Amino acid sequence: MEWVNAVVQGILVGGLYALFAAGLSLIFGVMRLVNIAHGDLIVLSAYIALLTMQATGLDLMTNLIIVVPLMAVLGYALQRGLLNFTLGRDILPPLLVTFGLSIIIQNGLLSYFTADSRRLRSGALEVSSFPIGGGIDIGVLPLITFCIAVGVIALLQFVFYATPVGRAFRATSDDPEVARIMGIDNRHIFGLAMALSLAVVAIAGVFLGARTIFDPASGPARLLFGFEAVIIGGLGNLWGTLAGGIILGVAQAIGAQIHPGWQLLAGHIVFLIVLAVRPRGLFPRVEG
Amino acid sequence: MSEAARFRVTQSTRTSQVAAIVALAGIVVLAAVPWWGGRSEMLLLGQIFAYLALASLWNLLAGFTGLVSIGQQAYVGFGGYMLFAFAIFAGINPLLTIPIAGALGALVAIPVGMLVFRLSGAYFAIGTWVVAEVFRLSFAQVSALGGGSGNSLPAHVVRGMAPDRDMRDMLIYWAALAIALAVIGFVYAILRSRQGLALTAIRDSEPASESLGVNIWRTKFIVYVLSAGATAMVGALIFLQKLRISPDAAFSVNDWTAYVIFITVIGGIGRIEGPLIGTVVYFLLRELLSDLGPVYLMILGAVAIVVMLRAPRGIWGFVVERYGIELFPVQRRLHLEGAGGSPGMRRTGASAAGADAASPAKPE
Repeated sequence: MEWVNAVVQGILVGGLYALFAAGLSLIFGVMRLVNIAHGDLIVLSAYIALLTMQATGLDLMTNLIIVVPLMAVLGYALQRGLLNFTLGRDILPPLLVTFGLSIIIQNGLLSYFTADSRRLRSGALEVSSFPIGGGIDIGVLPLITFCIAVGVIALLQFVFYATPVGRAFRATSDDPEVARIMGIDNRHIFGLAMALSLAVVAIAGVFLGARTIFDPASGPARLLFGFEAVIIGGLGNLWGTLAGGIILGVAQAIGAQIHPGWQLLAGHIVFLIVLAVRPRGLFPRVEG
Repeated sequence: MSEAARFRVTQSTRTSQVAAIVALAGIVVLAAVPWWGGRSEMLLLGQIFAYLALASLWNLLAGFTGLVSIGQQAYVGFGGYMLFAFAIFAGINPLLTIPIAGALGALVAIPVGMLVFRLSGAYFAIGTWVVAEVFRLSFAQVSALGGGSGNSLPAHVVRGMAPDRDMRDMLIYWAALAIALAVIGFVYAILRSRQGLALTAIRDSEPASESLGVNIWRTKFIVYVLSAGATAMVGALIFLQKLRISPDAAFSVNDWTAYVIFITVIGGIGRIEGPLIGTVVYFLLRELLSDLGPVYLMILGAVAIVVMLRAPRGIWGFVVERYGIELFPVQRRLHLEGAGGSPGMRRTGASAAGADAASPAKPE
């Protein structure tokens, strides 16, 4: 039963990993940008939530109303003010600029908040759980996180394939030059994509902070989890990303069940196995 | 063959010949540091040599091969751990473990490279980072090497190198100097070789170079494996300088990759001279600002961003553009003789390597 429990808990964590991955996958899809600072932005959102919860006294869920728009605006500004200037044929500038950004965010958080671990308080949610039989309990907060992850991915899927802005995303993704000829302002579209990405990052950061302790150096590991979920699931497939997150979560939970030191290692190894056996991921989007 | 007589291709220039003589004199001065400098100068210079070597190798990957890795700390840490493993368990003189670490590093890079080469561009970068994490977590599980908390090199092993401390310091210093010179020589040799010509061609246009018969995958793979081996040697050297290792220190992305990227970007990516300039700038900034702690790192990050956006070819790139100076002659210059042919009127290599690779007069 311990093993079944590990799998169930792993699936629920997988929702959080899918949230880490969705924002990363979104901007790569639209502008071929890989944001090395993605994990640090998740941790930054958790710290912003910490501050705003202290200042306003709002609870975890209601506080999302503040953090999500704040991060979206930051995303738009970041894209228009900095990242748009890095886009081009050469992959080096976006990679190195976001790497520099990652170091700035980490050390900025370190000098303001110190290296102490923090956690977002969520009151009764933190401890409440319900049994599903067989001696397995499901925590309410992990379940909410998972449901929100599914909801976010469904929403992104809807935005991408059923709205005018989604059409513009897909058009610039397919061919930025032709999209411009058709009257699409690429710089603005990229700004919107980054805003959407950081809105998802904000949700991910809040639920990360409620679930585990975090500190200024927690970002890179979150980037790696998100990245692994994207590759396991298959590039360009949002539902695949959810599956990738779940596979990663289950692998880590089973690894931890075998030996506490193997939790992270098991996740990375499953990723490397997928890379070796199915380099395009388990559910690659059909091209053409 | 009268056609061939009307032009000749040269690589070295007057500047590069002068630079070679100055460099030779500089090397003699540096090799003599143990006699005219103190212990602290030797330690600082030893660190500088290690960073110079790491940055030159990263530059070879990112600047010439197009392989942007954020995971070279995998090989730094691996080399460090091989030093500890062979010195402690096999009783081998720590200095002699450095080449062993290099050979094993290259060996490990073969399967690792085959995996991460399945990812391209930026995803390759993050993939290499995952591999470095796998190395870190794996070595943390090896209790014989100190597990998660690390290990110090036992005193009897250290004394085995040389009985007195001054002699040991000198040996480690010379090892660092030798490795830095060997790495720069290695990068220079690769770039002057057929592989180097292929690399430049690949960088300028993959389809064009492929149509000329360059095997892109193999060329990149060979460079990746060789530089991984060299990085592992530098790693063994670094932890011989420190005499203590732990998984977090050995596989630190900040220490062995972030600073190295900073050095290369500031100095000039895609130029052999870049890491030399960048290392000097980095150590000057460190001496001036490291008291600021996290703020110092924020400044480094900001400087790297500004340089990447405003002067993507770094300090040395600016010098080359402005004055056309090249200390390490890897470009090939085409001199047309007769009508209007002035020396160095066409430089190839940096900008027109596709044409260069097709040139019938390819000097080796």
